Amino acid sequence: MLHRYPKRAAFIMLILTTLIAAFPLWGEVVFGSQANFILEKLTLMLILALFAMSLDLLVGVLGLVSLGHALFFGLGAYTLALASPDFSPASMWWMLPLVMGVSACVGLVIGVLVIRTKGIFFIMTTLAFGQMLYYFISTSQFAGGTDGVFIMFRPSLELGGSTLLDLDNPYSFFYFCLGMLLVGYLFLRWLTRSYFGQVLDGIHDNEHRMQALGYATSGYKLIAFVIAGVMAAVAGMLAAMQYGFANPAQLGWHTSGEVLMMLILGGMGTIFGPILGAFAYEILLYIYEHTTTHWPILMGVTIIVAVLILPRGIAGLIIAPPWHRKRQTSAEIVGKESKASVSAQPVTQSKED
Amino acid sequence: MDLAFFSVQLLNGLQYGLLLFLIASGLTLIFGIMGIINLAHGAMYMIGAYLVYDLTLRLGNFWLAIMVAIPIAIALGLVIERLFLDTLYKRDHLYQVLLTFGLILVLNEAQRIIWGGNVHRVVVPAPFDFSIQLTDNMQYSVYRLFVMGVCLALAGVIYWVIRHTRLGIIIRAGAVNRDMVEGLGINVRTLFTLIFSVGVALTAFAGMIAAPLTSIAPGMGDSILITCFVVVVIGGIGSIKGAFWGAIIIGMATTFGAVLIPSLASMVIYLIMAAVLLVKPRGLFA
Repeated sequence: MLHRYPKRAAFIMLILTTLIAAFPLWGEVVFGSQANFILEKLTLMLILALFAMSLDLLVGVLGLVSLGHALFFGLGAYTLALASPDFSPASMWWMLPLVMGVSACVGLVIGVLVIRTKGIFFIMTTLAFGQMLYYFISTSQFAGGTDGVFIMFRPSLELGGSTLLDLDNPYSFFYFCLGMLLVGYLFLRWLTRSYFGQVLDGIHDNEHRMQALGYATSGYKLIAFVIAGVMAAVAGMLAAMQYGFANPAQLGWHTSGEVLMMLILGGMGTIFGPILGAFAYEILLYIYEHTTTHWPILMGVTIIVAVLILPRGIAGLIIAPPWHRKRQTSAEIVGKESKASVSAQPVTQSKED
Repeated sequence: MDLAFFSVQLLNGLQYGLLLFLIASGLTLIFGIMGIINLAHGAMYMIGAYLVYDLTLRLGNFWLAIMVAIPIAIALGLVIERLFLDTLYKRDHLYQVLLTFGLILVLNEAQRIIWGGNVHRVVVPAPFDFSIQLTDNMQYSVYRLFVMGVCLALAGVIYWVIRHTRLGIIIRAGAVNRDMVEGLGINVRTLFTLIFSVGVALTAFAGMIAAPLTSIAPGMGDSILITCFVVVVIGGIGSIKGAFWGAIIIGMATTFGAVLIPSLASMVIYLIMAAVLLVKPRGLFA
């Protein structure tokens, strides 16, 4: 299901990426004094795109719907906030590994528990574990309770005593986030096309079959869960740097719901879809917030409508535009269907070869 | 901890647990029979509480308010099921999660538009607005005892319907094999509508009778929803019996956790859930 997409998908993504990467060049011309504000929003969207993409590994690729993914997002934010020294910037060289290490450990512990469950149980248990950390953090003294923790200094990125990239500068931080998103995307693209990714795909289709073929599916699922968690934690760390604080709301299940929303809006299982979804969601949110104080009602309606009429999201529109579907001749459709029915048969030819 | 204090906590735990059971039983029924995960379940609890608050003010009588609120809740459940869930039965849980998440946003915001963001109270209604003296300095609200009685009675009714009626047979069969039930000529569509409305009515009713005991505030449904998820996970999804014992366990754990280990109180129920998952991943009664 992941494999190849039409060229136009790559084409559109490339154009959008170039446009965004060049924003510092054209932003001021188009938006004038608003450019700095837009840049901040764009940075946030890049971060959320990374977050949504990490969830795609679980939901889209593996078929495990997690409603507690914000746990890792918040965990990354809090790790940064609590590990940063009060009066000097931390170094990115150890902060990033620390965030990844902490989230990997937590992901492993929670993963071992939740991987034992399936379907609806998985949804409920991930949600419950997310809320567990939420309540733990929002009632704890050391983490500032419901107020959260302020981050006085963004970590610095230095090499041999000189600053490699000044992360306090909004432009360099913007490129840093863009870079992280690209690395995340390329990593997930490689991962889903690798042997490991093929196994995940197989588990998504039919876990019993994969077990019968001799795969220890729990192990694969656990590793995917940890990877998704680590990526979400990195996104959370970046978000905390952007906001300047870590807040319990970043851990809460509403955040988990929102990121699922980005995923479905963009189109799950495509890796590039969630990026579009994160941007679309944030743009909608911005418009709604400026329309009415009761914006959640508009967002709620949008979610309901998206689920009912656009289940494949924006990526689905790009991969198979509605006008393309109509143009298909009946012979083509029959051909496709017979192919589909062959591949839907329970015996996997490719695995036996 | 002396005996009187202990027994008050025991009663509180039992009362909270029984109330949780009402909400969780709706959740577990809806999932067990319909295969739908309804995140908006907590929002319905909140709507129930607000309906009673509003109607008590208008009608001047708590009991009358409940009588009017129940049909409204059932109608709301009916509309939601027919309008939104109808298309989702054959789709992945993901879409159910998202759609009902959207419903939460809509319902929560509708509540803000209609009733505002303030915290409200409902006074304990007339025949039960006194306390009995347990010891010299400890008393127990009779209304809490009444709530316990109502919840137990409803639990009994649910048990009776499921065990001893034709509808119960269909429900139990539907939880095991939906297609087979449909194949036997039972109109599953009607059954779904019925189950969803009853489930929603149960949680809204829980919100109604809990209204005099809690503060009625925006977002009150969200936290109760998560607690009920824990109840359902512990008891086993689709099992009414599991929902009952899970609710009692969680009710007791919450009450005694708050007294004995206040620093960890908010996490106790999740730790119990983790323990249950380790031993029995499908829940205690599945």
